[in-house]
Amino acid sequence: MFDLVSENGVAQCSNLEEGASPLAIRGLTVSYGQKPAVFSVDMTVVPGQMTAIIGPNGAGKSTLLKAALGLVPKVSGQVRVFGADLIKQRERIAYVPQRASVDWDFPTRVLDVVLMGLYRELGLLARIRGAHRAQAKACLERVGMADFADRQIGQLSGGQQQRVFLARALAQNADLYLLDEPFAGVDAATEKAIISVLKSLRDAGRTVVVVHHDLATVRDYFDSVFLINTRKIAEGPVEHAFTPELLQEAYGGRLATAQMDQIQPLAG
Amino acid sequence: MLFDALLLQLGYNATLVSIGAALLGGAAGITGTFLFLRKRALVSDAVSHATLPGVCLAFLLMVSFGGDGRNLTGLLLGSAVSAAAGLWCLNWLTQRTRLAEDAAIGAVLSVFFGFGVVLLTVIQTLGVGRQAGLEGFLLGSTAGMLFSDALVIAAGGTATLFVILLARRALTLVAFDPDFAQTQGLPVGRIDMLMMGLVMAVTVVGLKIVGLILIVALLIIPAVTARFWSERSEQVVALAGLFGAGAAYVGAALSASAPNLPTGPLIVLVSFAFFALSLVCAPQRGVLAAVVQRRRFQRRVHLRQGLLALAQNQPIYEALTLRLLRQAGLARADGVATDAGKARAAKALRDEKRWEFVRRDPANETAAALYDGLRAIETVLTADQIAEIDRQIGGPQEVLL
Repeated sequence: MFDLVSENGVAQCSNLEEGASPLAIRGLTVSYGQKPAVFSVDMTVVPGQMTAIIGPNGAGKSTLLKAALGLVPKVSGQVRVFGADLIKQRERIAYVPQRASVDWDFPTRVLDVVLMGLYRELGLLARIRGAHRAQAKACLERVGMADFADRQIGQLSGGQQQRVFLARALAQNADLYLLDEPFAGVDAATEKAIISVLKSLRDAGRTVVVVHHDLATVRDYFDSVFLINTRKIAEGPVEHAFTPELLQEAYGGRLATAQMDQIQPLAG
Repeated sequence: MLFDALLLQLGYNATLVSIGAALLGGAAGITGTFLFLRKRALVSDAVSHATLPGVCLAFLLMVSFGGDGRNLTGLLLGSAVSAAAGLWCLNWLTQRTRLAEDAAIGAVLSVFFGFGVVLLTVIQTLGVGRQAGLEGFLLGSTAGMLFSDALVIAAGGTATLFVILLARRALTLVAFDPDFAQTQGLPVGRIDMLMMGLVMAVTVVGLKIVGLILIVALLIIPAVTARFWSERSEQVVALAGLFGAGAAYVGAALSASAPNLPTGPLIVLVSFAFFALSLVCAPQRGVLAAVVQRRRFQRRVHLRQGLLALAQNQPIYEALTLRLLRQAGLARADGVATDAGKARAAKALRDEKRWEFVRRDPANETAAALYDGLRAIETVLTADQIAEIDRQIGGPQEVLL
């Protein structure tokens, strides 16, 4: 069992030049107080793929993402983005936080939120021009929210909020997209819209990493899986790393048989 | 008298105070809006209370060196230093210990203020003679303002406005989504510090007019007032500046219109009047608007449910439903539908069936998501689409209106 894990991990690492990886993490430990939320984790994201970060509640999925972005201080470890320091590569990363992380009663409109994605381009002072607005509108169009550009964000449903956040990330035109639970609590139409946008990003050669909680959709949505429960359990292509044995290891006894049935590889 | 004051006809000093107060009020309203949007409104209360020991120490220092203890620049410098110390303690407590921000605010506020009051008492017992006026820093002074004081306030207010003009985009982004701001490369910690620096500047500059106990009102009340009137942050900021400047101007004029009326408290009361008015009357977020909207919505729901009940020959139990149907001429007092009522009821039931059809087909997901029981299907689908649905579900093609 254990051999299998390390085999997978090693295979994955050696396949890939570390410098070429959009996101390479070595020995990362993050802790809240005295208890590590993520312990000594290595991760090598494969470029041009969609990768799911999977694990039980409290396994450190979001923390891993935040630490990779420098949003939470790390105790130890190293993060390389496209082979360089995070600070030098910021413009190549787009981050979609959990939608509950902001106050949706904030006095702003949908289009203004998307324009925030152009902040790097606009800087502190540049005036927002028609071209910027058109760019932001096009991003809203891609997530099916063009009609909502002038709405106050407080009027949006959860799924619409999530799509606006995705549109903001699209406006950044990044090479690496990091999304924290984009499918949590959204309607079916939104889930479909988001996954099709993410797949089109992948098909355009961008790299997408998603913190994901719905095991039933992993096979349909993702190319690679990163299984974590404080420590890395497995990493690799879905067919190798997303197996009942490894999931059992990550989730312990918490995985019901019904769920296991859903994730069994299809026959043939 | 009041009218004269508002028109700046009460002489040089009153005019000076009014204009100075308006500038300060505007700067405070604008600065406070960012504080309010960042949900750190109460931090300003800790900062303002933390100025007192600085004022007292500066006074003691200046006197002990044989200078004039009441030199405003010196006193304000002292207040800025101790406000910064208070802010540092606050940040340290929230970042390095497990104390939540509210507890840290309480601790810093009371300890600094207590220390300041002790120093104030010591100064009084020392009988230095010229301490008169230091109490003015607590609640603001009713006494006049020197031209140099007005200059200090004008300069401080203008500088604050200028900095905010430069940093507004960053301040807004950090207030809305600090994590995202940081991934965009914004120095979130330093922007928060800048915001606190501006709050400190407004506080220090406003000490002389409003006093440290009430300055928090100048920062926060205009912001929450403005929030009632707009859903866009730039507008909220601008409106808060206007409300703040207006309240300060009117308050200062009021206090000048009769002897011994305190400036600071009057400004706060005028500001509160603006707030109360907005709370009640604001078009979207106001209390009245909310009541009206709720009642209108309730009527729509009752009318719709009543029509569906009529169409299906179900009894109507609710008095409000019956009354609404009767008022609209759709039903008689005994609950039997009129001809108009029958037609509307048939249409309502038909629409319900059409919706059912739309919602059954996964291909119509977007349209189906808009169903809430009240929305008219014509606002979602075109006449052609509805005709197509009718063709598929059969039944009467024409609905009498």
